[in-house]
Amino acid sequence: MSDNVKFVQGNEACVEGALYAGLNFFAGYPITPSTEVAEALSSRLPQKGGKFIQMEDEIASICAIIGASLTGHKVMTATSGPGFSLMQEGLGYAIMAEIPCVIVNVQRGGPSTGNPTHVSQGDINQARWGTHGDHAVIALTASNHQDVFAITVDAFNLAETYRTPVVLLFDEVLGHMREKLTIPDPGQIPLVERLWTSVKEGVDYHPYLPREDGRLPMSDFGGVHRYNVTGLFHDMWGFPSADPGVVHGLLRHLVDKIYNNENAIARYKEYYMEDARTIFISYGSSARSALHVVEYLRPRGVPIGLLELQTLWPFPSRIVREKCADAQAVVVVEMNMGQILNEVKTAVDRPDSVYLANRIDGTLITPTDIRNILRVIQGKGV
Amino acid sequence: MERCRMVFSGSGGQGVITAAIILAEAAVLHEGLEAVQSQAYGAEARGGATRSDVVISDATINFPKVIQPNVLVCLTQASYNKFSPIIRPGGMLITDSRYVTIQKKVDARQFELPMHRSVMDKIGKPIVLNICMLGAVLRLTDLVRAESVMNVLKRRIPSGFLQINQQALDLGMELAGEHGV
Repeated sequence: MSDNVKFVQGNEACVEGALYAGLNFFAGYPITPSTEVAEALSSRLPQKGGKFIQMEDEIASICAIIGASLTGHKVMTATSGPGFSLMQEGLGYAIMAEIPCVIVNVQRGGPSTGNPTHVSQGDINQARWGTHGDHAVIALTASNHQDVFAITVDAFNLAETYRTPVVLLFDEVLGHMREKLTIPDPGQIPLVERLWTSVKEGVDYHPYLPREDGRLPMSDFGGVHRYNVTGLFHDMWGFPSADPGVVHGLLRHLVDKIYNNENAIARYKEYYMEDARTIFISYGSSARSALHVVEYLRPRGVPIGLLELQTLWPFPSRIVREKCADAQAVVVVEMNMGQILNEVKTAVDRPDSVYLANRIDGTLITPTDIRNILRVIQGKGV
Repeated sequence: MERCRMVFSGSGGQGVITAAIILAEAAVLHEGLEAVQSQAYGAEARGGATRSDVVISDATINFPKVIQPNVLVCLTQASYNKFSPIIRPGGMLITDSRYVTIQKKVDARQFELPMHRSVMDKIGKPIVLNICMLGAVLRLTDLVRAESVMNVLKRRIPSGFLQINQQALDLGMELAGEHGV
């Protein structure tokens, strides 16, 4: 079998995707269940001339990747819930200063140090609203190693396209389980490279002056152009400004650049959706259990399908609404107290027909769990 | 093929997790099958009874964990006590006859194999007990060829250790053969 086929952990699939996308700087602080991301990159990055730094904590880790990104590198950090909490300040800074970076959160049980070695999907809303102030964010996930690889490449592409941090919300089951991964040949998945300014040395460069297409070309910090970077509201030079017009324009820009592209950023997969009257909506490892149930019930004549979300933020409301238009019941399968459930209820025409099938005890929700909940929803009892 | 769900259990250091990874990797890289491997982390994996799950199939595997194993391997009494109740009816139980005393009959074919004793008598190095166990599993399940396992081992371990691993694998297959395949 070809060397492109590997049998790896999900964390390693993420590493392979990041390297394929051109990652060349990683700073992080190991934490279960994300540690294998740092472990693998500590050997892989130096081999290709990249840099791996183990930082003193997660605050330093995200600050280091933000700085490295400004100097022209594709960057990533990886953590889990407690570390992701510490990174919120840096995440907001990267959103405000419009710095491309990828933050991997391999979710474990929380709050606080929670349940370090067990699965959860409890950080979905933290990715959306963990950092303060109005803002938009891109957060992606996947349910198998081939998709973990591809979505990681996508994360780097979206980070460069929209000049924004992208959060990858994996989970302990995906991170630790091993399965097949086929590494695509170079060029098979298109890559978005850094958009560098065409402004020459000695000519004024405005870091926050959009081109006609809305994109902001970058100049490597410390290179030929002098400019300022700040977490304060700033003008096109990057210098702080409290001018109401500047503040209004920048905040609107930060939100609009993501939300005006909700459909372009939306990644999802459909299974048996054509005539489905009951629709599961799920993501990450719980989508595997949901798909197992669909593939069990379909041959038994049950019109049931799965909409697997890969983009969680911006939440693909229009797509969810359209796909669920004819459903009698929509069942959100997730491992939290209903974080995506609420988004689905807001998106669909009939929120009363949206139900939660969840499990929150650190165990991967099983097909039996889902089928039992489905029976109750259908009025068949347990 | 029937989807095969396996649980390898024992105590930390016996190599049951490594054996599970090797088997699953052999199935994927050298047999063209699908396989998923996972393991228990945390306090329950330290001492006591550790566990690794492997699912092997010729079709896509969605749910990656094992609830009821077709094949359950227990290399310690603690792991036998903990996991024997979950075996799938009609499944297969493989235990080491030195470490495990079967306490009650389960609805499964039971193989009490003297793996530890044979490894110590014939090879003298307990480190390959897990590969001997894997040999028994290969013989009893007929899912993956010994050659495929050796191909995985060639990539994973120093060449100086290949021979005792080959011996251990053969030994496991012989033991399983002698006990009524």
